[in-house]
Amino acid sequence: MSASSFTARRTRQLGLALVILVVVALLPFGVKDVYTLNILILMLMYAALSQSWNILGGYCGQLSLGHALYFGIGAYSSTLLYTKFGILPWFGMALGGVIAAGIAMAIGHACFRLAGHYYVIATIVIAEIGLLLFHNWDWAGAATGIELPFGRDSWVTFQFARNKLPYFYFALGFAAVTWLVTWKIENSKWGYWWRAVKDNPEAAESLGVMVFNSKMMAAAVSAFFTAVGGSFYAQFVAYIDPESVMTFQFSLLMALPAVLGGIGTLWGPALGALILIPMTELTRTFMGGSGKGIDLIVYGCLIMVIALARPDGLVGLFHRRKRSAA
Amino acid sequence: MTAAIVIQSLASGLLMGLLYGLIAVGLALIFGLMDVTNFAHGEFLMFAMYVTFFCFSFFAIDPLLASPIVAAALFVFGAVVYLGIVRFAMRARTNVGMVQIFATFGLAIVMRGLAQLLFTPDYRSIPHTWLGGKTVSMFGIYLPAPQLAGGAVSILAFAVLYVLIKKTDFGKALEATREDAGAVALVGIDKNKVFALGWGLGSALVGLAGAIMASFFYIYPDVGASFALIAYVTVALGGFGSVFGAFAGGIVVGLVEAMTAMVLPPSLKSVGIYAVYLLVVFFRPRGLFGSI
Repeated sequence: MSASSFTARRTRQLGLALVILVVVALLPFGVKDVYTLNILILMLMYAALSQSWNILGGYCGQLSLGHALYFGIGAYSSTLLYTKFGILPWFGMALGGVIAAGIAMAIGHACFRLAGHYYVIATIVIAEIGLLLFHNWDWAGAATGIELPFGRDSWVTFQFARNKLPYFYFALGFAAVTWLVTWKIENSKWGYWWRAVKDNPEAAESLGVMVFNSKMMAAAVSAFFTAVGGSFYAQFVAYIDPESVMTFQFSLLMALPAVLGGIGTLWGPALGALILIPMTELTRTFMGGSGKGIDLIVYGCLIMVIALARPDGLVGLFHRRKRSAA
Repeated sequence: MTAAIVIQSLASGLLMGLLYGLIAVGLALIFGLMDVTNFAHGEFLMFAMYVTFFCFSFFAIDPLLASPIVAAALFVFGAVVYLGIVRFAMRARTNVGMVQIFATFGLAIVMRGLAQLLFTPDYRSIPHTWLGGKTVSMFGIYLPAPQLAGGAVSILAFAVLYVLIKKTDFGKALEATREDAGAVALVGIDKNKVFALGWGLGSALVGLAGAIMASFFYIYPDVGASFALIAYVTVALGGFGSVFGAFAGGIVVGLVEAMTAMVLPPSLKSVGIYAVYLLVVFFRPRGLFGSI
């Protein structure tokens, strides 16, 4: 691909993203019911979270299945600071992001030399240790969790108990920012380094890529945004406990949209979230209530079918169409 | 804390560790054979426990007697899962690791859903087994008979597995296929057949573990999840793919868990296992017995 067509493609992608942003921003004018708005908010949140995961897992190739830890840190940071010290959640959100980035770098420092499955399992068990510690940390609410006290609806305290629309716009902005960061990084030094590290770390090292630093950078960026998502989620649901923000299941759910949409691609996480989240919510609503597990069966089958039929993710569908059209 | 209590809990930990090894060895076998991690391993265990439960409730077969039946059922199940799902996951050219993880993770969710649908989310247990409630006293310590039998079954299973891998043609085919799956095709070994048998064997082993566990654990659709993570840690601790690493890993995990429970609140007992895993891989990045 020549340099000019590469630039043209990047500009086109930015344009497409802008169009999508405007269209989605206008959706609430047509969509009034709370249920649908709720699904849209979750969809945007997962698109953003999965995009964050994708930076480390997809672009840099470090398959972390412990991102629930960073999500939980974000959720607890804003919630604890607000409920214990009255510090506004915005500061907690920023602080949570910084703490998560620091922890991700500390974990990376110790774990990045582990290969393949040893690394994956290390990320899982570190997140599990975090989960167990929060379970037993009385000051932080232990297993019962913490409820956010209800106040006035306000952007200052980032609380909207009655009208959920502001959460929608925050989630949309969050998804847009993570997309934009990924778009920006794709074409930067770090972006090239990450892909080189993913494809062949030894060759990258010999060509002067600072492999270790690349991974650390990816881990920090990825964890920061994941924690921001955690703070957002805590404000949105107004109640957190270790089980709802830090379990292994959650780490998988964050990786899932990126994997099914297209791992290490710009649009994969959003596309994955667009399909998965409504599917999850609809099957849960229409088939889950009975407690008979039919929603799980449908959901599991969907994951299996996409993973098997589209190993490179759903974005592959679009590439193929383009190629055959050309 | 007296010495007797310490010895008592270490002995219980050892028995639990033998079971952890038996749960994990199927995972290790399959990984060693074909580099695939089965994320539905815990659900295989859950399925085995239900098979044991129904053997008991419909046909009044004691879990100990049912264990070969359960192992056989899981053998078939494992081979079918390989032929029906995993075979296709291995064909992926890009992104192989994640495809395998999520294809088997999807299977895990389906299995949990099916268990809820067919067996209900109720907790079940098998009352009045032959060994249930009996204890054996040895050297001043008391051990529950079902766990003791479980430890014995585990040791026996590992012994049989050792003979199978080292002495039989099937074992040689397994070993050759794990070395070089392409080359074995040239000498007339059907790779798919070996893989299917490997999945069968690996699943039969977790089936055996499930039959034992069913006699002293509650049986419910999500029971596999907690044991699955321990199984991954056990396998990684021993060294991925090393069958006898899983045996040693299981014992280490069981003992560490028992020791942690002595010093930390019971809800934190897994922290010790995870910490030991991290400690081991920091010094030996390929586990205790993994080859570099």
